Amino acid sequence: MTSSKSFVKFDKVDKSYDGKVLVVKDLNLDINEGEFITMLGPSGSGKTTCLMMLAGFETPTNGEIYLDSKPISRIPPHKRGIGMVFQNYALFPHLTVYENLAFPLKVRKLLKDDIDKKVDKALSMVSLSGFEKRMPNQLSGGQQQRVAVARSLVFDPQLVLMDEPLGALDKNLRESMQYEIKHIHENIGVTVVYVTHDQSEALTMSSRIAVFNDGKVQQLSSPDKLYEEPVNSFVAEFIGENNTFSGEVTDIAGGKCKVKLDTGAEIISNPIRVKSKGEKTKVSLRPERAIIDPEDKMDNKHKGKIEEIIYHGDHARVRLNLLGNKEFILKVPNSSARMDIKRGNEINVGWNSQDARALDPKSI
Amino acid sequence: MSSETQRILTTDGIPLEVSLKKVERRNKFKAFLLVAPLLFFLLIVYISPIIGMLFNSVDDRMVTNALPKTFIAMEKWDGKELPSEEVFEAFYIDFQKLIEEEREGKLSTQLNYEKNGFKSIIKKLRRKSKSFEEGNYKEQIMAVHERWADVEYWRAIKRRAPSYSYSKYLKGVDMYQNQEGKFVQVEEDRRIYKKLWVRTLKIAFYVTLFCFLMAYPIAHLLATLPMKYSNLLMICVLLPFWTSLLVRTASWMILLQQQGVVNDFLVWIGLVADDERLVMMYNETGTYIAMTQILLPFMVLPLYSVMKTISPSLVRAGKSLGGTPFTTFWKVYFPLTIPGIGAGSLLVFILAIGYYITPELVGGASGTLISNMIAYHMKYTLDWSFASAMGLMLLAGVLAIYWVYNKLVGIDNIKLG
Repeated sequence: MTSSKSFVKFDKVDKSYDGKVLVVKDLNLDINEGEFITMLGPSGSGKTTCLMMLAGFETPTNGEIYLDSKPISRIPPHKRGIGMVFQNYALFPHLTVYENLAFPLKVRKLLKDDIDKKVDKALSMVSLSGFEKRMPNQLSGGQQQRVAVARSLVFDPQLVLMDEPLGALDKNLRESMQYEIKHIHENIGVTVVYVTHDQSEALTMSSRIAVFNDGKVQQLSSPDKLYEEPVNSFVAEFIGENNTFSGEVTDIAGGKCKVKLDTGAEIISNPIRVKSKGEKTKVSLRPERAIIDPEDKMDNKHKGKIEEIIYHGDHARVRLNLLGNKEFILKVPNSSARMDIKRGNEINVGWNSQDARALDPKSI
Repeated sequence: MSSETQRILTTDGIPLEVSLKKVERRNKFKAFLLVAPLLFFLLIVYISPIIGMLFNSVDDRMVTNALPKTFIAMEKWDGKELPSEEVFEAFYIDFQKLIEEEREGKLSTQLNYEKNGFKSIIKKLRRKSKSFEEGNYKEQIMAVHERWADVEYWRAIKRRAPSYSYSKYLKGVDMYQNQEGKFVQVEEDRRIYKKLWVRTLKIAFYVTLFCFLMAYPIAHLLATLPMKYSNLLMICVLLPFWTSLLVRTASWMILLQQQGVVNDFLVWIGLVADDERLVMMYNETGTYIAMTQILLPFMVLPLYSVMKTISPSLVRAGKSLGGTPFTTFWKVYFPLTIPGIGAGSLLVFILAIGYYITPELVGGASGTLISNMIAYHMKYTLDWSFASAMGLMLLAGVLAIYWVYNKLVGIDNIKLG
C-alpha cells in the first residue's frame, strides 16, 4: 500500500438484472496497485457480479468503474487487458497447453519467438515446464488450475481477476495452491482481485478483504483487522467462529458497557456499535479469547456446564451452557493438563471486556 | 519371467480367470437376452431384406431357366456371325415350351431390358410359330422379322445366359458390357442415371449446406437464451417435426405454386409482375426449399446438444484474453461445435440422398432424385432387380460417406445428444 493513487475504483456502482432487485448497491471501492484484494461473501452477495462488471461481461446499471483513472464501462472486455481465471478454469479443451497460453499472445500479434519465450516463462512460473503438448483433459485439476493462472498472466496484464479459482480442488491441493498464487502475486507484483466464499482462503492470501453481503461492502480491511475487529455482527459471524449474546445496554461509560442478557445475567463488553443506554445489541466473543479458570484481572467471570466435547486432534471444542447460551464454544488445546474437562462438569470461564464486542443487533 | 508369476486362485482353488469368466458369462447371457428381440426384429425387417435385395440385383436365373437348350447350343457359338441352325432349333423348342406355360411374356420383358425391340418380335414370333414346319428353323425364324436375322439380337440373348450378372449395376451408372467384354458407356442421349446420381449428390450437399447455415444461429440462440424463451423456440423448431411429412410437403405446394401464397404476396408488393410469376415448384428450387425446411430439425438438434455443453466461460475467457468477438468465435466456439456440425451434416446428408416423397411431390422433372427412379422401376417397369441394384448402390454410397466421415472427423466425435 505504498501508492496512494487507486488503481481500480468503483464509484457509486449499482447493478440490477431485472429492474426490481439491486444485486449491488451503491458500491464504492478503491483498489491500490499491486494489492491482493479478496471479495468475500456468501453466494448471492454480489461479489461475482462486481468481478464481472470489472471484467466487462456485465455493465453497471449506474455509476462508473475506473481502471488506472480511466472510465471503462464502454470498453469491451477484449480491449480491457485484464487477465481472468475462471471458476472451472475455462481452458480451451481443443487446444494444447501451449496453444492455450499462446492464444492471448497470438491475438496480440506477437512474433513466434516472443510467444515461445513468454509461454516458457509463464509455464516455469507455475512449475509446469514440459507440459506444452498436453491437452487440458490430460491434466489433473491442480495442473489445469495452474495452466489457467499461467494463461491469465502470460500477456503481462496489470490486473488479474480470479473467480473462485480453487473451488473445485480438494482441501490439501487448495491450500498448496493458495500459497502458490500468493507467491506468484508477490513475485510479479500484479494487482489481483480475488473472489471467494471461503473465509480461510481469504484470510491466508489477501492484503485486504472486502466482505460482501446484500450487495454492499460490509467491511474492507486487512485480514487481521477483519478477524480481530469486525465492525458489525454479520462480519463477526461470517469470519471465523463466534460466541454471541444478545441483550440490552444498561450502562455505558469509559469505553465499557454493561449488557443485560435476555436471561437476566450481566456482562461487561466493548461498545463498538452501541452509543447509549437502552439499545439492543449483540455481543460477539471469539472462542479462543475465553479461557478456563480465568485470572483475576479479567472482568468477566462466569460458570458454565459442559454439554459436549468435540475432539479435533490438536484441540478440543467444548460446548458449554453459559449464561443461557447453550452454544457457547471454547477451544481447549490438547494437553495432558486438563483432565477435569468431562461432560457434565461445571467450569469457570472468563474473558476480557475489550474482546467482547457489542455490535448491532441484526442477525444473519 | 512371466512363467514365474503364479496363477491366482480363488479361495476355493479355482483359477481366478475361470471363475471370473463363469460369472461374466451369466451376465453376458442376460444382456444378450435383453437385446435378442430387437436383434431378431432387425434381422427380419432390415438385414434379410438387404440380403434379398443383393440376390435380386444379380439374379438372372429367370432367362437362364426359360431358354435352357438355347444356351447349351450357344456355348459353341463365337458370336461373330449368326448362330447355327442348331441354336435356332433349340430356341424354337424352348420357345414352344414357354408358350405352353404362358411365360413368353416375361421373357420378352427381360430381353427388352437388355435390348429394345424384343417385345414386338417375340409377339410376332409367337403368332407365326404356330404354323412352323418341322426342320430348317433358322430360315423360318429369320423370316418372321428382320431383327431375328440381326446378329445383335442374338448376342443380346447370349449375354443373358449366366444365372448371375452384374449388368444391373452397370446399367445404374449408364454402362454396359459389350461383346468383347469391355465396359462401355451407353449413347450420350440415353445416359440418365449418372445425371441423376450427380443431381442427388448435389441436392443433398446443398440441402446440408443450407440446413447448416440456417441451423447454426438457431441452435446457438437455443443454447444461450434463458429457459423460458428457449423452450418456446424449441417448440417452434420441433413443431414441424410433429406434423405429417405429407402435410408439410402439401403446404409447401400451396405456398410455392405459381398462383400460391408467396407469388401472390410478391405480386401484391410489386416485386414481381403478374405475368412473370416465379416458378418455384416442380423444379430443383422446390426440392431445395421443401427439403431444407423438412430436414432442418435434424441439423438443429445435434448442434443444440453440443452447444449446450460449451461453457459460456470459455467464450468469456477468449474475450478476457484479448480475442475480438470474431476471433473468439472462430478459434474457440466454432471448433468446439464441430462434433455437432459433423453429426448434423451426416444425418441430413444421408437422409437427403435417400429422400423420396418430397422430391416426388414438388420436384417435378428436374428436381427428382435417385430414390424416385428406384420407386419408378419398382412400380412401373417392374424391373425389381434393377431397383434392387440401385438401392444397394445408394446404401453403399451412404456407407462410403460414413467411412470417409469416420476417417476425417472420427465417429466417436459425433454427438447426437
